[in-house]
Amino acid sequence: MFHQILFIIFGAVCIAGAINLLVQRHPINSALSLVVVMGSLALIYLLLGAEFVAAVQVIVYAGAIMVLFVFTIMLLNAGAEERTRGSRIALLVGGPGVVVLVGMISWTIFTNDKQFGMVRIGSMVTSTDNTHGIANLLFRDFLLPFEITSVLVLIAIMGAVVLAGRRR
Amino acid sequence: VDIKIFIIVAVIKIALVAFLLLTGVAYMTWLERKVIGHMQNRWGPTRVGPFGLLQPLADGIKFILKEDMVPDKVHKVLYIMAPMLALIMSLISIAVIPFGETISVGGHDTALQITGVAQAHGTPPLDINIGLLIILGATSIGVYGIALAGWSSNSKYALLGSLRASAQMISYELALGLSLVGVLILSGTLSLRGIVDQQIHQPAWLGFLPHWYIFPQFIAFFVYLMAAYAETNRIPFDLPEAETELVAGYHTEYSAMKFAMFFMAEYVNMITVGCVATLLFFGGWHGPSFGPPLVRALLPVIWFSAKIFVFMFVYIWIRGTLPRFRYDQLMAFGWKFLLPIAIVNIIVTSLIVALGA
Repeated sequence: MFHQILFIIFGAVCIAGAINLLVQRHPINSALSLVVVMGSLALIYLLLGAEFVAAVQVIVYAGAIMVLFVFTIMLLNAGAEERTRGSRIALLVGGPGVVVLVGMISWTIFTNDKQFGMVRIGSMVTSTDNTHGIANLLFRDFLLPFEITSVLVLIAIMGAVVLAGRRR
Repeated sequence: VDIKIFIIVAVIKIALVAFLLLTGVAYMTWLERKVIGHMQNRWGPTRVGPFGLLQPLADGIKFILKEDMVPDKVHKVLYIMAPMLALIMSLISIAVIPFGETISVGGHDTALQITGVAQAHGTPPLDINIGLLIILGATSIGVYGIALAGWSSNSKYALLGSLRASAQMISYELALGLSLVGVLILSGTLSLRGIVDQQIHQPAWLGFLPHWYIFPQFIAFFVYLMAAYAETNRIPFDLPEAETELVAGYHTEYSAMKFAMFFMAEYVNMITVGCVATLLFFGGWHGPSFGPPLVRALLPVIWFSAKIFVFMFVYIWIRGTLPRFRYDQLMAFGWKFLLPIAIVNIIVTSLIVALGA
């Protein structure tokens, strides 16, 4: 009951943030709306009992990546965008398209909810520690894919450094 | 647990901790002015009350009564939101910090921690198992307060200050987080209460030193301390507000209570840093226990406060001693010195733990 109320609140905040992200004209407002979306997603993870994922979501996405976004916007001193009136085709095709898409997704979910094996909000919140579970998966069961991914990220970083430093 | 009693107890605990914390912050400013004064051969505040003890109260009244100016060309929403964000994010961290074991007030057991839940007699209280990550997360969100303050002020000094602050805080967050990994490897838990329990209940190092993680992890401790000074924008890393070059840095355009909020956020962050250092490296509330039951119940909290006080004093001491870094030196120090040391410390610690297992 308590969890359902919290879920509805944070879900609403999340959607409101996402809509605000699109509506705002100034890039910094959009970036901050994205932070709100990330934060409320973290709280929904927390309600699902995934406390480690929630913390990482806040630290990595809201705390590190979005700070870099905001930092770049501040550094480039980007001003407010101009608002266009939008093309008529987008309105004609896009509007019904969204309705059809949302309808199809919700119809699929509602007709097949038995097969999906849904998670009840709050049912996974226990006193057991899922941080250990994630660590076991990452560093024991799937160690090789994890290490290969880290090497891939390292190569990407080195590539970025080489590309940025070439001019000197 | 009955939900009504749970909520009532939680509200009481939050009010009490917030009151004590903000009083602590107020007297921290008094202590700082006094100690710095004596270090520089001055008296510090002496006029308001005995030894100037009522000076924080007078300052508080002054902050509230001053005119709250909003400059003309600021981004209004963000300008007002920024100091609130900074203060709220600094206060959130305190919620997960444990001050001691369970205490019993009027027959009702409660854990000495806002987010802790007392268990039956004899078993340690429940704690959230991501306590440390919540503190790190709140710190990383707190960067927005400073970054947005500078940007929304629409002033070159404020903007430069906040650009410096964000670059500095992002850079030192890495060293800060990595310096704590060594302790986490030794303790095997992210729960702050769990880390302290490990230090209290294990046999002493070499037979006489308490099992505090400062002894095997002293390199990590110094990395943490230096990174934490940079995170809280204190001397010798106070470049975001460097008054000789940037007027007052990111809070140049702020006045009255909004300025006071940045001020309070900075001091609350300092106390949080002291708390984390105490919990992870100095055994939290661990200390000799003696005397009648009432004294015995209060001693852990007193040990905890005393350890934090030492850290606060070191903060002031360093402010009275060291000059400010140059900006490129600051960045080089973080990336080329602290970060490699933290990584080497992790590798060595995990090798020793792995070989011992």
